[in-house]
Amino acid sequence: MNWKEQYKSFLWILIFFLFAYYMPIEDESFSAAIIAAFDLAKWYAQEHVLLCLIPAFFIAGVIAVFVSQNAVIKYLGAKAKKWVAYLVASVSGTILAICSCTVLPLFAGIHKRGAGLGPAIAFLYSGPAINILAIILTARILGFELGLARVIGAVLFSLVIGLIMSFIYRKEEKERAATQLALPEPEESRPIWQTAFHFFVLVAILVFANWGKPDSTDGFWYLMHEYKWFLVGVFGFLFSISLIFILKLSKLYVGLGIVIVFIASLIWGSQPLIPFSTAVVILTIILTFSKGEANEWLGETWGFTKQIMPLLGAGVLVAGFLLGSADNGNGIIPNQWIANLVGGNSLFSNFFASIAGAFMYFATLTEIPILQGLLNSGMGKGPALALLLAGPALSLPNMLVIRSVIGTQKTFVYVSLVIIMSTITGLIYGSLF
Amino acid sequence: MLNIKVVGTGCPSCNKLESLCKEVTIEQKLEAEIEKITNLNDFAEMGIFRTPGLIVNDSVLSQGKIPTKFTLENWLKERV
Repeated sequence: MNWKEQYKSFLWILIFFLFAYYMPIEDESFSAAIIAAFDLAKWYAQEHVLLCLIPAFFIAGVIAVFVSQNAVIKYLGAKAKKWVAYLVASVSGTILAICSCTVLPLFAGIHKRGAGLGPAIAFLYSGPAINILAIILTARILGFELGLARVIGAVLFSLVIGLIMSFIYRKEEKERAATQLALPEPEESRPIWQTAFHFFVLVAILVFANWGKPDSTDGFWYLMHEYKWFLVGVFGFLFSISLIFILKLSKLYVGLGIVIVFIASLIWGSQPLIPFSTAVVILTIILTFSKGEANEWLGETWGFTKQIMPLLGAGVLVAGFLLGSADNGNGIIPNQWIANLVGGNSLFSNFFASIAGAFMYFATLTEIPILQGLLNSGMGKGPALALLLAGPALSLPNMLVIRSVIGTQKTFVYVSLVIIMSTITGLIYGSLF
Repeated sequence: MLNIKVVGTGCPSCNKLESLCKEVTIEQKLEAEIEKITNLNDFAEMGIFRTPGLIVNDSVLSQGKIPTKFTLENWLKERV
């Protein structure tokens, strides 16, 4: 037996054994933290998985399969106009990146053989911060304002930081050999309006299904809330039409699906989750037995689910254990510590949040439950935004990779710029909200 | 003899793709050498923009995702 290969599993067993052996289960604050962890997990499961996460995975799947990513990369080549390259780089994270590890090769490519340092940095920064799943989840869980501030902040930051970097190193940039990158050919795809229709119908379903109850009982927002399931139904119908005419799925199966979901909504009208889940199950079954793009769509959706759900689940449990849940008790870290470090909206709180976020590694989307725990424990809104802006884009391991591409000095300048700007933006946001 | 290049910086999915390639070549008894390309600066020149990337006999077969085992088997068998 090769014992060298076995030590890892042994260490894991040993760690778990020692943890179980010394677990301070009698200790009140420890057991309260365990309860808080599961309380938070339950809240996520009830409030966010069915209506928000599952549609979001399907939307991410649409982007991965139907949107031609090579067509976007074309605008980041050496011959592209500078301002186009900057603009595309700052927003293309929405469709190109789900986790920061996919961003890095593209960053190196744009820097070395493409549009140059500025657009490369813009892409590097905005990529992980504005991927579609991160936007949806931030707005849903941390609140609409913070979600919007995150998107706007990330796009503006990427432009400004990219421009500053290319200004500082403008001399080097001129000497750079302008060899054109061998860009991939964009593959033939369906007309853009079809993809857009399919995409926006799904987004509409997501938005209306999650329409929050406003405080007042009259006015436009309340009216929308009253009729939200009706609207979800209408868009659900449009979605079925899109399945038949754009994805070319069997009319018979989709028609049967519509009938079943309609009957379910008549029987369980007061529990809209039942027809909604039925519709998701039927869609999945139809896609399983389909061919071509529709099948790939399910494949990508399942890929995201498999990749992200375990991380998010673990992230929620850890966040609940360390920081406590919304209304049920404290985590293992005293709230007082959090309030002292990142409470209020002082310069120190914002700076501390930025620098901690910059060095810490957040697995895809886990920044959201962690930040929610911090907010519950007394973190200020300004520092929260500072952490969101500095966090997902940077981490210690990713700094090391960046350094291998652009060198120590530029990496240092880049990291400092991100930390300084996050701190300032946090301060401004905190004083406004 | 197949030449398989797995392109990636060492992220979990790249390692997964590498072990999947090993598995398939052993199971299907294909003669192959599996290389791992980890230097980020070489990726663009090979046409890889998203990792993990898979290059077999100098043609890029997939990037940004791990192909299913079934697909990979077919790709490799076709190219023997």
